[in-house]
Amino acid sequence: MKTLHYRELWCSSPRYWGGLAFLGVIILIGLVAAFYMEHSGHYVTGMTNQIVWGLPHVFAIFLIVAASGALNVASIGSVFGGPMYKPLGPFSSLLAIGLLAGGLMVLVLDLGRADRLIVAMTNFNFKSIFTWNIFLYSGFFVIVGVYLWTMMDRKVEKFKRPVGFAAFFWRLILTTGTGSIFGFLVAREAYDAAVLAPMFIIMSFSYGLAFFILTLMSAFWWADRTLGDVRLAKLKNLLGVFVGSVLYFALVYHITNLYITQHHGVEGFILLNGGVYTSMFWIGQVLIGGVIPLFLLYSPAFATSRLAIASASILVLLGGFFQVYVIVIGGQAFPMNLFPGKEVLESSFFDGQIASYIPTMPEALLGIAGIAVAMTLVAVGARMLRVLPETLEDPEDECA
Amino acid sequence: MSKSVDQPEMNRREFLGKTVVAATAATVAPGVLLTVANANSEQQGVSSDVRWGMLIDTNKCADGCSACVDACNKENGIDLQQKPEGHSDEMWEQQRVQWIRKVKLQDKQTGEQTNLPLMCQHCEFPPCVDVCPTGASFKRADGIVMVDRHICIGCRYCMMACPYKARSFIHEEVANQLANAPRGKGCVESCNLCAHRIDDGGTTTACQDACASKGHNAILFGDLKDPNSAISKVLKEKSSRQIRADLELNTGVRYTNV
Repeated sequence: MKTLHYRELWCSSPRYWGGLAFLGVIILIGLVAAFYMEHSGHYVTGMTNQIVWGLPHVFAIFLIVAASGALNVASIGSVFGGPMYKPLGPFSSLLAIGLLAGGLMVLVLDLGRADRLIVAMTNFNFKSIFTWNIFLYSGFFVIVGVYLWTMMDRKVEKFKRPVGFAAFFWRLILTTGTGSIFGFLVAREAYDAAVLAPMFIIMSFSYGLAFFILTLMSAFWWADRTLGDVRLAKLKNLLGVFVGSVLYFALVYHITNLYITQHHGVEGFILLNGGVYTSMFWIGQVLIGGVIPLFLLYSPAFATSRLAIASASILVLLGGFFQVYVIVIGGQAFPMNLFPGKEVLESSFFDGQIASYIPTMPEALLGIAGIAVAMTLVAVGARMLRVLPETLEDPEDECA
Repeated sequence: MSKSVDQPEMNRREFLGKTVVAATAATVAPGVLLTVANANSEQQGVSSDVRWGMLIDTNKCADGCSACVDACNKENGIDLQQKPEGHSDEMWEQQRVQWIRKVKLQDKQTGEQTNLPLMCQHCEFPPCVDVCPTGASFKRADGIVMVDRHICIGCRYCMMACPYKARSFIHEEVANQLANAPRGKGCVESCNLCAHRIDDGGTTTACQDACASKGHNAILFGDLKDPNSAISKVLKEKSSRQIRADLELNTGVRYTNV
């Protein structure tokens, strides 16, 4: 078997620096937007006392969920011993770190008092899932960092498997924690379901792999390196399985809710008469994020089409974004039922009414900057560290 | 060579010794002083021998009356909040802070109408306290649930968790405020049962006083743990209920005739 050589990403300078500068500008704009929101107060956003978590949370949760999923490729390589995935491990870890950093930046900059971050690092309430997440997220950086080290340095290679195991379990707990942020909210009808935690895990598998395929393809295209069809086909088939699983979990979640009379209102809202949320669910989440990608991934007509694989990955990400939006915003827009059997005739606080939310430009700019931060970290990391193999040509002695 | 006279008579060892003593004193003294100061405030701290609560008789709550809401706004400086310049009324209505609100309900089956004020229910097991990452959302020993504005980071997780939508986020710069209710942009707040009054020895809340002065007497405030308090006596006689009793939060605010 041929020895595998890893080498830093090396592209002609204008292309690399130009790309980096572009990302830098997006980040800068996002930071200005965050400063504007922080300086004026949240009244300049679309968020209200009814919709308390807005677009920045959708971006942040989307990126954090994807981050833990991006690590999957490394896990399959070193924990489950998939030889085709092994060379992709280091890049997968780098992407996971980048996506998490991007998501956390958005989350932190949307705090009412972002300047008090140090308070969150020094005052802990251990019953809060947010507090668990502070430890889960910082632990993720450390464990994945060490994991990356064991994959890159032959001197510590013997620790690769145990560290890989630790990283794998840590990521499962992390996504459970993210899902539980919603799953444990007993008050709101759209949440309060334990199935949300495993559903977030399977969502992370899907979004993380889609991000991985796209960044891998772009990196290899950028550096003019060879990426074999067989390896890409493996990733593509795996993505198909994950996309199908996400649809299955969504089905279970909604069928469970439909069985509970008390939840008929919120189900009707999401599935039938919720306006923008209903469209986002059926067109965004199910059609764009599920049915079309499955067709692109499994149709024999596109068996080796890289355009189809890339398009499917982009659609999975778009659909995933809609899915998180429907969960986060849709779940808040539907009114809480404080008085069962009663209709609210008057309330100055919008009791019993569907809340409206129109995201504003600064919120979107901050969210997009989070993606740019992730991509910048990956671009800089791949240029400085040997995370990508020189070539990923299909091995001759192995069949698909 | 003449010896300079402005130098103290001190050898090196003595100098070092005195320096160490002075440094130790400077380090320890503020701590001692702080402990003394804290000991004093702790002695006057709230006690878990009482649990403050409220009983609202919805039959007495008048349709169209907003005396309790107005009084709360005045008492806590919420009426001082100003709509930011050029901001739309529609958005401001959804973003302005409200500690207490009037709700009018109609039974879907019978058509019976009910009026009631809704505010923080001061749960014994408050979800907002469970989810707060920093411990800013806390329950006092006397049962009052409130926000420590010094360590609130504005994450709004408590607002997501509260089953009563009792909390508001301060969306705008705060220009005017009262000394008894300090407020600030980017923090969450809610009804604290007029904690400043109780801590000053008061026995009523602003909303209760306002309701009584209108002659409605729909709001009764008192100590739930004292069997001889007016509220305990009425609670023992009349059937009352908690809003969303299914959540088993054991609220400090109870309602009759809902």
